Amino acid sequence: MVFQNVIWAITLAGMGLVALGFIYAIAQAGKPADPAEAERAHRTSISLRRALFVALLLLGIGIAWASLRPFPIPPQHQPLQAAQVVEVVGHQWTWDVSQTHLRADEPVEFRVTASDVNHGFAIYAPDGRIVIQTQAMPGFTNKILYTFRTPGTYRIMCLEYCGVAHNGMTAEFDVAAREDKS
Amino acid sequence: MSSLELYPQDEKLPRGEHVAFNLYMITALLLFVLMMLLGLTMRMTQADWTPVQAAMFYKVMTMHGAGMVGTMSLASTAVMWFFLRKYVSLHLWAFLGNYVLFMLGALCIIWAVFVGNFASAWTFLYPLPVHSMGLWSNGAAAVFMLGYLLIGVGMLLFYLDAAAAIIRRYGNLARGLGLQWLFGGTIDPTHPKAVVAGTMVIIANSLGILAGAVVLVMCLINAYDPEVALNALVVKNLIYWFGHMVINATIYMGVIAVYELLPRYTGKPYGISRPFLWSWAASTVFVIIVFPHHLLMDYAEPRWMLVMGQIISYAAGFPVFLVTAYGVLTNIHRSGLRWKMPSMLAVLALFGWAAGIVPAIIDGTISVNRVMHNTQWVPGHFHFYLLLGVLPMILTLLYHVVGSRRRAPVNGGVDRAGLFLYVTGGIAFCMVFLYAGHMSVARRFAAHLPEWLPYDRAGSVAAMVLILGMLLFATRIIVGLLKAPIDADPAHPAG
Repeated sequence: MVFQNVIWAITLAGMGLVALGFIYAIAQAGKPADPAEAERAHRTSISLRRALFVALLLLGIGIAWASLRPFPIPPQHQPLQAAQVVEVVGHQWTWDVSQTHLRADEPVEFRVTASDVNHGFAIYAPDGRIVIQTQAMPGFTNKILYTFRTPGTYRIMCLEYCGVAHNGMTAEFDVAAREDKS
Repeated sequence: MSSLELYPQDEKLPRGEHVAFNLYMITALLLFVLMMLLGLTMRMTQADWTPVQAAMFYKVMTMHGAGMVGTMSLASTAVMWFFLRKYVSLHLWAFLGNYVLFMLGALCIIWAVFVGNFASAWTFLYPLPVHSMGLWSNGAAAVFMLGYLLIGVGMLLFYLDAAAAIIRRYGNLARGLGLQWLFGGTIDPTHPKAVVAGTMVIIANSLGILAGAVVLVMCLINAYDPEVALNALVVKNLIYWFGHMVINATIYMGVIAVYELLPRYTGKPYGISRPFLWSWAASTVFVIIVFPHHLLMDYAEPRWMLVMGQIISYAAGFPVFLVTAYGVLTNIHRSGLRWKMPSMLAVLALFGWAAGIVPAIIDGTISVNRVMHNTQWVPGHFHFYLLLGVLPMILTLLYHVVGSRRRAPVNGGVDRAGLFLYVTGGIAFCMVFLYAGHMSVARRFAAHLPEWLPYDRAGSVAAMVLILGMLLFATRIIVGLLKAPIDADPAHPAG
């Protein structure tokens, strides 16, 4: 399943829950409660808030733990031992890419920097979705470690605004299936 | 605690204050409409419906970003001033000084963009302002940054006056924030939420503006002496520290209108509580240290800062969901709420804020950011909580003030039609952005791939509907603000 589709579904669910809370309160807003009902509602709201606090706290800790272990960014100050290494330099408004023929199912290390201003190095899969990105920044090298699973033509697009030809700053590379590596 | 009287005497605007308030708000309404039209131009250009060249597109983009952030700040500052002046003694000269400096700064920015061709986006990431490839001069970049500095000085002037007033009244800023009641003690039920929120904004946004001033001066020096080279990552950190706090401060200033006004329409007291004080104390810290979530794709950033960016993004949701949004829901629940324009806008504002931060928090996760950063997911979430959150907070106060002039809440058919258009267009506009973001459509592109055009066209139509609603609001409110109050002294007409 495409990762972005999962995120979209989770987002809709989260926004939907917020909307349901508002719809419920709005539907009840026009019916004033007598003092006894108001007191009961007040006590319920305090209990519900405590339960929500605990639920959100556990959810937040769980997601943070799961999403940060292993840390999603590779070590930046040690060799990554990838079988394939690609040097990438962003310029206004072209990409210098040292290799444009890569192999699937073997890790690739992209070493990304820029010669002038900030650029965004994003890799688009053949289906048009981003698979990974980092910033290309003058004076720094950001390292990506990624293993392509799907052969095809991938497109690099600049995702950090860098001047008038920003949207035309693209490049391509091929990923061949493992058996095609000869 | 604020009064439940709909139009209390202490909120009346004497002549000088009335003129100042109208200056702020009429300027802001006109700018909002203009900036929305610039935004529509961008969406229609991406949709391939208007022949705008890339150079002009990026100038429009820079103006739209800087203009919207500035206008949100201007209007939400007026919201904070409107309520804070009831509890502490503010100087009108500081409020007006902020307005004058804002206007001077705005003129600098407009000149830099439309005469000097400056187009480095509102975030002016170093070294793009001084690396334009011949499209604009360093002088234009300097005028743009000078404009920011003037606006920042104006805001700082207002905050310093407000800080001095809170210290005079409460002893120090910590007591204004209510920290003395965090761990015990009897909370003073009359301690105003406007003072708590105002103190938080003063502390956080003063730091943000100071960071902005430092980075702007560094960039100005570099523009004229390139030998003084800057570290691009340090500059980026400072810019996002500044930018994040300035735009977030607009929410925290704007929400004061909801705290103050909504209970008057529900008739239910909306008292101060320990969870409320804890949430504002925590938010003060969170808003100051959360900015690394803008740098999650800068792998050279220290790892602890990236982790902090993610975790604080999550934590920042607690005060919004569990205290402010939840508090509003419990306040309207079974209240017999009078559905008038201000109360409808107040409820919409909290919905927009709470729902809009869901995709924002999710994008604060590093592994999500890797595929969503700088896609249209980002304008999707910030437009959601600005268009459907902060702007309705400001409109809540404006409609309330217009109602106060005739001693009856506004509830006309035209205004309700405006609200329908605004909400329908606004939700559609933001959801199209979010949908396109999850489809990996890039943000800040002057021209789009053919397969992205359907999203741009749907977004353009939604923007037209939204702007129609905003035009109705702006017209009705400006006319209302310029009308004399029905109980005005004919010898001293206001406004």
